[in-house]
Amino acid sequence: MHSLWRTLDRGTLRDIALVCLADAMVGAAFGAIAVSGGLPAWVPVVMSLLVFAGGAQFAAIGVVLSGGAPVAAVAAGLVLNARLLPFGFAVGDVLGDRWRTRLTGAHLMTDEAVAFVLRDGDPRRRHAAFWACGLGLFVSWNAAVVLGALAGRGIADTAALGLDAAFPAVLLALVLPSLTVRNLRNAALRRASVAGAAVAVTATPFLPAGLPVLLALTGLVLAARTPAAAGPGVS
Amino acid sequence: MMPLIAVLALAAGTYAFRLAGPALRHRLRLPGRLRHLLSVAATVLLVALVATSALTEGHGFAGWARPAGVLVAGILTLRKVPFPLIVVLAAATTAVLRLLGLP
Repeated sequence: MHSLWRTLDRGTLRDIALVCLADAMVGAAFGAIAVSGGLPAWVPVVMSLLVFAGGAQFAAIGVVLSGGAPVAAVAAGLVLNARLLPFGFAVGDVLGDRWRTRLTGAHLMTDEAVAFVLRDGDPRRRHAAFWACGLGLFVSWNAAVVLGALAGRGIADTAALGLDAAFPAVLLALVLPSLTVRNLRNAALRRASVAGAAVAVTATPFLPAGLPVLLALTGLVLAARTPAAAGPGVS
Repeated sequence: MMPLIAVLALAAGTYAFRLAGPALRHRLRLPGRLRHLLSVAATVLLVALVATSALTEGHGFAGWARPAGVLVAGILTLRKVPFPLIVVLAAATTAVLRLLGLP
């Protein structure tokens, strides 16, 4: 742990801390929403410890609270989490070759940790950022879910506080800087991202939760081709 | 109702998705081009996740307040505003717009 703090600069550590704080607010909301919807407190708490994926947890709880079957809740959560599969291949190198670290580290893989890893090219800093973000989020997320579940109805109105904007804002702030560096490779990456996002949003009304985000991968066609053709790049 | 077995099934499936990459990466010996494509895929997925979670709720439009807050986050990020401020101001924008009656 000591070398972890030394490897990361203060800016990155501060960013990780803030992501933990922002996600803690979302986690508290998750616990509160689940309990005030009528579920026993152990459901959001155990689910957060074992599933540890905010989006899928909200999706699963949402299905159940709206009267859906548990099987449908599991399916929705799994489809939503299928993106972790390509994430694992993209950043799996940070978990090294030892099985013990792979088995523990895999559970800590989240959108946020992946975004921090992708932000950096240096293997040591990638490794440190993954573990700092992974461990920090695991502790803060689960603690917040417990607090939220205990508080119950009291803080269920997260919409009034604008907390639903926090998750996309956090991710955007993490991803955007790497997209805006101007070079040929990035031009293709931007085209693929914009096209993929457009496909995902367009598909959302018609497909079950989670599938639209996976459909964004069709945007990769634009990244595989040579960057000569004009595309709707964001500059 | 959410029985324990459903929570366990979701947890097991999620963990399998997470572990597959780190566990099989070496055995599959991916060519450099595919590895590059996978890191592009990760970014594409993250951007799509930003777009859908900013713009949609369930199967419909999320209303204007949330995407407006996320847009503020994007502008502040490009202006290199410190990360803590970005998130706080994004949530504040959404909250204030809702207070003013925007959905």
